[in-house]
Amino acid sequence: MTDLSPSTLYLLTAIALIVIGFAGALIRRNLLKIVLGFALVDTGLHLLIAALGSNPDRTAPILNRESLLGNPNLVVDPVPQALVLTAIVIGVGITALLLAYVIRLYAVRKSLDIREFGRLKW
Amino acid sequence: MKQVFSILMVLIMGWLLVSLVPLGQPTEPGSVAQHYIEHGVEENRGANLVTSVIVNYRGLDTLGEVTVLFLSVAGAAFVLRRRDNGLRRRCRPSSEIVQTGARLLFAPTLVFGAYIFVHGHLSPGGGFQGGAVVASAVLMLLLADRRIHLPHRVMSWMESMVGFAYVMTGLAGLVIAGSFLSNQGVLPLGTWNTLFSAGLIPVIYILVGLKVGTELASLLDNMIDTGRLYPSSEGDQP
Repeated sequence: MTDLSPSTLYLLTAIALIVIGFAGALIRRNLLKIVLGFALVDTGLHLLIAALGSNPDRTAPILNRESLLGNPNLVVDPVPQALVLTAIVIGVGITALLLAYVIRLYAVRKSLDIREFGRLKW
Repeated sequence: MKQVFSILMVLIMGWLLVSLVPLGQPTEPGSVAQHYIEHGVEENRGANLVTSVIVNYRGLDTLGEVTVLFLSVAGAAFVLRRRDNGLRRRCRPSSEIVQTGARLLFAPTLVFGAYIFVHGHLSPGGGFQGGAVVASAVLMLLLADRRIHLPHRVMSWMESMVGFAYVMTGLAGLVIAGSFLSNQGVLPLGTWNTLFSAGLIPVIYILVGLKVGTELASLLDNMIDTGRLYPSSEGDQP
């Protein structure tokens, strides 16, 4: 475990976050904690995509210096970063919508326990 | 039984992820990314390649993404819509220091957000980040003083106008250069690494910043107001 490069560490952290998030969403009964689990999965995915495009030998894809202009091997892949930027905003929207549903469900049943909402189960 | 099954599923998923992800070796940019890196600056004159990808090369996706954000915010607003209009929620007002501080910081935070989305093509930042900063300024004000409410008419008017302007910018590209959201020939590209450069990219990112800012701000306003859904919940002592 001595040759852990930073990008490996990012990837392992991302996988840990995704697994913890899914475990929380599956095992917990509190609706808020389930939403929190999904938010963790979201964060883990962002970290995973960003880490897949990262490279410790290269710099950020912002070509604001003359020395970076002619050398395509000095910067990292901009595509994963653009994807993550997009995904973060979508994640905020999804979390907000989930929380709105939780608020609404609580107003109906006065409970946050997922077992109270078994009407659609079959 | 169910719990064991859940844990087993999570473990299998973790194992799959670890075996799928290429641990150890850093990945090289693919052919598309290589094109962006090599020709991005000469095609768009924008220093920030991520911004070039989001606003120009994948501009249509960004339009779709702003739409998704709008739909989720609209969904949340629909779910949380107010029942008892005119009823003010009674709660203890914040202290003088918090209120004055929030008012003092509101304008600088707005300006900072605007700075971030105006410089999206030059430095890390852009419409989404700047919009989030603008929304956080509004959130600060809303939290400090619960009597403040956003003017919904102004917000929705501004949001729809900005979205309209985004589509119009894309159509301008379609008319002038022959492809939707094209960056060639609509505005002069300017010189690389200056504020007035990169053609339509700063214009579109300013529009995105305003749209994200208004959407998130009205979302926060809706969420703060949900206390009214429960007339007798805890934390609501007069």
